[in-house]
Amino acid sequence: MAKLLDKQRYKCALGAMQSVQAITRALPILHAGPGCAQKLSEGIGSSGYFSPNIFPCTSINEKDVVFGGTKKLESTIENALKVIDADLYVVLTGCIPEIVGDDSGEVVSRFEESEKPVIYAPTAGFKGNNFKGHEQVVNAIIDQYLKKSDKKQKGLVNIWADVPYQDLFWLGNLRELEKLVAELGLTPNTIFGYNRGIENINKIPEAEFNLLVSPWVGLSSVKKLEKKFGIPYLHYKTLPIGATETSKFLREVGKFTGVEEAKVEAVIKEHEDYFYYLIERYADLFLENRVINKQFTVVADAQYSLAITKFLVNDIGLTPAKQFVVDDTPANYRESIAEEFKKLNFNIEADVSFETDGYKIHEEIKNHDYHGYPLVLGGYYEKEITESLNGNFINISWPVQDRVVFDNFYAGYAGGIRLLEDIYTVAVSRFN
Amino acid sequence: MAVNLNKSNVATRENRIGSITGYVGTLKDLAEKSECGTLKGCSRCFSQSSTCLSMCGLSQLAAIRDVAIIHHGPAGCSVSGAGSYYMSKVMAKKRGVTSDTVYVGTDMNENDTIFGSTASLRKVILEVNERYSPKAIFVSSSCATGIIGEDIDSIVDDVRDEVGVPIVAVHCEGFKSRIWATGFDISDHAVLQEIVKPPREGVKTNKINFKNFFESARPEIIEMFKNFDLDPVFLYCNSTVEELSHLSESLATTCICGTLGNYLGNVLEEKYGVPYVRTINQCGIKGFETWLREIGRVTDRSDKVEKYIEQERAIYIPQIEEVKKQLEGRTAVLGMGPGYTFEVSRVLDELGIKVVWALAWHYDKKYENGEVPPSMKYLLENDIDFETSVADQQNYEVMNILHKYNPDLYFSRHPGSTVWAIKNGTPAVYVADEYTMFGYKHTLEFAKSILDAINNRSFEENLARRSKLPYTDWWYKQNVDTFLEEAK
Repeated sequence: MAKLLDKQRYKCALGAMQSVQAITRALPILHAGPGCAQKLSEGIGSSGYFSPNIFPCTSINEKDVVFGGTKKLESTIENALKVIDADLYVVLTGCIPEIVGDDSGEVVSRFEESEKPVIYAPTAGFKGNNFKGHEQVVNAIIDQYLKKSDKKQKGLVNIWADVPYQDLFWLGNLRELEKLVAELGLTPNTIFGYNRGIENINKIPEAEFNLLVSPWVGLSSVKKLEKKFGIPYLHYKTLPIGATETSKFLREVGKFTGVEEAKVEAVIKEHEDYFYYLIERYADLFLENRVINKQFTVVADAQYSLAITKFLVNDIGLTPAKQFVVDDTPANYRESIAEEFKKLNFNIEADVSFETDGYKIHEEIKNHDYHGYPLVLGGYYEKEITESLNGNFINISWPVQDRVVFDNFYAGYAGGIRLLEDIYTVAVSRFN
Repeated sequence: MAVNLNKSNVATRENRIGSITGYVGTLKDLAEKSECGTLKGCSRCFSQSSTCLSMCGLSQLAAIRDVAIIHHGPAGCSVSGAGSYYMSKVMAKKRGVTSDTVYVGTDMNENDTIFGSTASLRKVILEVNERYSPKAIFVSSSCATGIIGEDIDSIVDDVRDEVGVPIVAVHCEGFKSRIWATGFDISDHAVLQEIVKPPREGVKTNKINFKNFFESARPEIIEMFKNFDLDPVFLYCNSTVEELSHLSESLATTCICGTLGNYLGNVLEEKYGVPYVRTINQCGIKGFETWLREIGRVTDRSDKVEKYIEQERAIYIPQIEEVKKQLEGRTAVLGMGPGYTFEVSRVLDELGIKVVWALAWHYDKKYENGEVPPSMKYLLENDIDFETSVADQQNYEVMNILHKYNPDLYFSRHPGSTVWAIKNGTPAVYVADEYTMFGYKHTLEFAKSILDAINNRSFEENLARRSKLPYTDWWYKQNVDTFLEEAK
């Protein structure tokens, strides 16, 4: 049911065009209104090989609403194949064709014989948000493009994580997860970002394992891969940030994939040693500054709310105030995610609220006793409220206006250090 | 123009003023066909993404201080609220004021498309009013709510007494016009309908309405207008509802961009007799002087204006002439909205740069007063002609032209378009700020910036050498009008 979406943190399902955009040489073709792509794109970091203003679009007009837009869709796909050089064309439908009943799937099926693959994902805006849309795109690739393979590659692991572009650190995080998995002697396979693309997509069915690093996004996709190709999956719910969680992550991945324990421990030791070399050198900064108190709040999607809470509690010894999950997590996942917030050191349990109403979140932040200046890691919406409380604000989740991230990351041991750099950069910019 | 402020729906630019989005030819041909009424726009059987009119309409309204925008539709429609939040905070901060404008969505889902959601919308309006006590409320439709026939007008009427502040329905279905500038008209219409009041009796003012985008030159324009004893009221960025309610009392209305301001200017003139300054715009030397003189004329301040012009010319003209020597003979292609394309073409001509092709994203055959846009008229009267197309932000058409003409420069004005020229190896100047070539001072800065862009092409060369363009060889061999079809 329609509701008050105050300070919104997500887009609609058609926002999944950004997931396609993140696959090198994959081109979204929109069967939608003329401005949907522009609205759903990011102003920063979008001028790659394909950018949103060159995504082919049927740019539906009044006549198409009345008479249907399938003819225009056909000519748009046909000419996109001629004009734009891509490896994979992904047709995404917006609200209008789904309300007026265009059979877009049928139109797309006319291109089965074309030289380049053309697939289709229904992503009407009213069908869900871009987290769901992202799954629709990955699932469309699995259902319509991937073929069964007799070839299996020993140690090949498909890695799936959160939503490109919606997640500011998607590129860096994926690369860091790949590095960690590779250090265990496995071969990572991801489909998003530089130098990945159709060849990596083609390798998906050859993998021995799927690794999903996300509280909930992508679960339907790894289940689908298990069903279609018999690939078992490990669902690791917490994006590992810092020493405690990353070591735990490596142990679980090692166990699941059968990597020798000694090897896993050797990798962990090397990383933890360096991590604590840095922490030890900067400990005085944590211990003797006047502005970072123990209490913090994260306002983000399930991924970062959970991951940052675990890191700041288990590695740095901070205390969670209320945490907010703002991605409209489907109801059936909420309980198990809330459980994760209770698995913290010293039996600490974080209170978590699944809340999409930004006004209510701000009221709770205002009314909470942080025993001093609040530390708030959230979307740009939290900047003003945090400043009004003399608190410290770091923009880590969408919308992002306060910083530019090319390929920075928070995942892994190194990612934990990056996050600390960001928090204490804000801290040292003031005295008290 | 006959305006009906009792109806919330505005006719589209296509229907109202014969605007088109597809044409390839020359400037002269375009103008002649407009004048004799034979111009017919084309549609495309292949297009790339452009812009939604709701972005233009609602971002204008969201720039007003302390109002509420309620965008009734799926979450993708109201996503602009995030950008508007940022804009209202940073723009208010720059001006040294505060704004508590909110832009919310209704996160419409599948059930709502079947059963409707006007009851929820009603609750949302009342809740927003309770939370923020906005000074005015704008309730917008979207494609989805438009198609299923949500009656937002009735809801708005229904809650009007309860909310106790101006509230107005804004019809922003993205499919209804190919011309996103219709969104500007929609926002003007909403303001005129519910906020602007008839002039108060006995109020004398020296105010002049100045419609712009982001008011970067506001301080210097205020200073300049002091010379003429005029006090500019900038719209809509950082406007207050109170200020807007008195627009009808001003001495005149002027705007920085004909596409942006013509609806408001014409209606204020027609309904309240506020003269609308309809000259070529303030870009460049000729534009600036023509505009100032017209302001002088309608506000009866010609002497002061002439004095100012004389004094400023003495400072800047020699400097501009100096830079011009280094620009003369360069070639350019430009792609902008029509409110800028034909104005910037004139400035480039003043600077000695030869326009080889000008793309306008749409073209208004005539303005609300039935006349051909003044920027076009000026070019024709001065015998300036070049190849022209009306291209609806179609990047593949721009690239086809750049590839064939290989100009010294490309001038862009819309986010996401500049990089493509650079990847083609063409130095590009992004004319983002509407005051980039405002008056003598900024025309001089503009000329110098062009020179900088020409003198160091390292970035263009570096990036062009390393990036592959996404268009096929086949496309570069086609005529630019390959996908244009006679409109049916």
